[in-house]
Amino acid sequence: MADTNAPKPSSSVKLVLLGEAAVGKSSLVLRFVNNDFQENKEPTIGAAFLTQKCNLPTRTIKFEIWDTAGQERFASLAPMYYRNAQAALVVYDLTKPTSLIKAKHWVAELQRQASPGIVIALVGNKLDLTSDSTGSAEVSGDGDDNAEDSGDARKISTEEAKTYAEEEGLLFFETSAKTGHNVTEVFTAIANAIPETSLKSARGPGASHAGVSRTEEQRVNLNGPRDPNAKEACAC
Amino acid sequence: MDRDIEAGSNDSNNNNNNQKIERSTTEAVDHVPPLPPRPSRKLSDDGASGALHVTAASKPTTQVSTIDISTLSFPDGSRGTFSTSATSATRSVASPQSSASGYTSPRTDPTAETVSVASYPATLRPPGDLADLVTGEFNRRSRAWSMLRTQSSSVQPFEASRTGACDSLTGFEKEFDDIPEVGDKGITDEQRLSLWKSKMKHYMILSSAGKPIWSRHGDTSLINSYMGVVQTIISFYEGAKDPLLGFTAGNARFVISTQGPLYFVAISRLGESDAQLRSQLDALYMQILSTLTLPTLKNIFVHRPSTDLRKPLEGTESLLSSLADSFTKGSPSALLGALECLRLRKSHRATINNAFLKCRSDKLLYGLIVAGGKLVSVIRPRKHSLHPSDLQLIFNMLFESGGIRAGGGENWVPLCLPAFNNRGYLYMYVSFFDSVDTAEETNSPTSEDGPQPPQPPPPKPAPSPDEEIAIILISADKESFFELKSMRDKLALQLAKNGSLALIQSSARQGRPRIETILDLNTSPLPKEAGHSQGGQLSHFLYKSRANVQFCQSSLSPAFESSSPTASSSEKGSIGQRAAAGKLLVSRRRRLMTLYHHLHSSIHAKHSHLKVLHLVSEDAASLAWITPVFEFYCVAGPNMSRGVMTQCANKVVQWAKREEERLFIIGGGVF
Repeated sequence: MADTNAPKPSSSVKLVLLGEAAVGKSSLVLRFVNNDFQENKEPTIGAAFLTQKCNLPTRTIKFEIWDTAGQERFASLAPMYYRNAQAALVVYDLTKPTSLIKAKHWVAELQRQASPGIVIALVGNKLDLTSDSTGSAEVSGDGDDNAEDSGDARKISTEEAKTYAEEEGLLFFETSAKTGHNVTEVFTAIANAIPETSLKSARGPGASHAGVSRTEEQRVNLNGPRDPNAKEACAC
Repeated sequence: MDRDIEAGSNDSNNNNNNQKIERSTTEAVDHVPPLPPRPSRKLSDDGASGALHVTAASKPTTQVSTIDISTLSFPDGSRGTFSTSATSATRSVASPQSSASGYTSPRTDPTAETVSVASYPATLRPPGDLADLVTGEFNRRSRAWSMLRTQSSSVQPFEASRTGACDSLTGFEKEFDDIPEVGDKGITDEQRLSLWKSKMKHYMILSSAGKPIWSRHGDTSLINSYMGVVQTIISFYEGAKDPLLGFTAGNARFVISTQGPLYFVAISRLGESDAQLRSQLDALYMQILSTLTLPTLKNIFVHRPSTDLRKPLEGTESLLSSLADSFTKGSPSALLGALECLRLRKSHRATINNAFLKCRSDKLLYGLIVAGGKLVSVIRPRKHSLHPSDLQLIFNMLFESGGIRAGGGENWVPLCLPAFNNRGYLYMYVSFFDSVDTAEETNSPTSEDGPQPPQPPPPKPAPSPDEEIAIILISADKESFFELKSMRDKLALQLAKNGSLALIQSSARQGRPRIETILDLNTSPLPKEAGHSQGGQLSHFLYKSRANVQFCQSSLSPAFESSSPTASSSEKGSIGQRAAAGKLLVSRRRRLMTLYHHLHSSIHAKHSHLKVLHLVSEDAASLAWITPVFEFYCVAGPNMSRGVMTQCANKVVQWAKREEERLFIIGGGVF
């Protein structure tokens, strides 16, 4: 992205996505990381690890994203992913009431067990299936068949979710991974909400994780900054 | 490491005794599985053999040179006598003795070629008579005869199907189309039902209580009643303590496999044998175990026999379906119970193995590099080997179903490898090269090393599924993701640095060996008769090395890659037509695989003791040849003579023997 700029303070943030199966966690990540969308994406198995940088005016945040599988049988593995996480995205499906209940469970679990300062965002996905999606600003080509057929598939009102989010002190967004609406905004808002103090300036992917063989990470990192310099020297 | 794992095994024993259902589904994930005892095996002691679990070939055979002569009756009424020596990959199949049976050996008699060709049409006479007849009549080689010969030998296998002849596989191209759902407009229930019934292959999984768990085609509303019928039939026989194994209705074969509380049913109109269908059902069962582990599965049903297993299996339907579809399309790997490896020079593979071993993390149990479903390199602990059926599950997950590949990034997947240990989970780190080897990995080594070996140009075009390279690192420790990730980064760096990555990519791009190259490379003692001429050669072969439990196959092109020249020239045009041609290809490959299934089941039939089987039908000629060292199957056009076919077979086998260390992974990296 902005690699050529003068070095801004860069820090990595561990972020975890939680939520019921098939609410669109992977699709949100795919939209954020690759700006891509896949219809009928197959379920995630276990968890996927992705990274993406987010440029803020004063600093660069490198998100280390754990995209977890939503199926019940993987629930016991979740602590492994939200442990030491600085941010969490709890996702529900606007068209499916049970998914908000599940999301509330995740929020409760995070507040109970995750690191105290964790920034949690509640995200209602699949806005493209609701009728008010056409009103949203930069949505292009939103002629989704389902939405038109059934009029409005929304089952969870914005007010309901928003009220809950305010009570619990969560960031709140309604998004569409399909159209891309509000997706980057979620991540930017999280990046902004992370307190300066909790950011470590380390760059290595393992920096925010316990139990990583530090020596290896350092070895790789030492090579990192050196390379661009070498290239510049050659160019001169 | 061993001690850790032992402790884990005690753990899981304790936990599994009295556990609530709800807990068991989730907690089993935590168990570190015990490693099973190493299969006692001389072969792997010297380190020379089997990276992969070896089950075959126990007889000491290589020194014995017995000649087996077998007389066979073919479906078309003819009979044939064959001889083969158990040892001789280097000798011609037809040995001098065979002429005693009245069949002239191609090596000793220059007219043998003619004899064999001429023997084809006269299907009702034994070959002995034919030989006399032919030497009298046709030995003059009239021009008309030689013209006919050149023409007839250019007939490709399954030619008739191309022109749209009706047979059992008509409509196979629609096999994988989805059945419309209930809500779809303009489709009545009758239409949906008839669509469902038109499928040639069905798989169903249900619980012994009759609850549907999974089926390949149709949703619950459509098939619930059929599930009920199946359950009634099976439990009727179960009740009589006489379990039902299979039955035939019309042209459909039903095979039933009972695994504890689960019933597996395969319904096939594709002509597979019971044993083959049963092994497919076993693979589906393995997939379920891989998701749940055996103790969890048992616990679920011990506590509540009427449990709906769909919930715990949620999200794995696509894995079951892609596994089932690979069987329906026909998978040589599943048929032979063997793995395919990427062809690489021995030294290149050794370089990769060494780099792999050098980067090894302490937490690693197994490490694999796989390119497009073909194994490139494997490293494993000395005491453990990997079982092909486990690898089949992994490859299916990574290369057949899109769940992991499509997401991008790196994956951390808990899974149970049932043949390794069906009691607990392992953790699998997966990363695809094309998705991750961007800037960091490919650029840094170049600047670091200056003019080191030629760097691969960054692969700009998205590689086809056949060329995707994955690194798979398996550990028993669920917390070891970042250790394995850093191991991968080191390994990726190494492979890029020493040029191995480029080698893997180019070999994957090259594809499977082509038959014409194999046959040309062999300078044979009988160059004139060898059948080099276009069309006079094999169309496809499978070669399984029994000791290594691995196989190789020839490239599917030209015979099974593009449609026939005539078809493609007329169909060059709209995308729709090309798609139609693609579907035609699917059914042509299925024909090939059906033939292989037939050969396989005939030659492995329990009481047949066959060594060689030559089969000629209207569509194709085929040959199966089994020795303690290898299994060889090949297919050619229907007019290819037996003599030419055996010569080709010999050459391929010789080639495979010579290339053994390139085609197969022998031993792999051991730590």
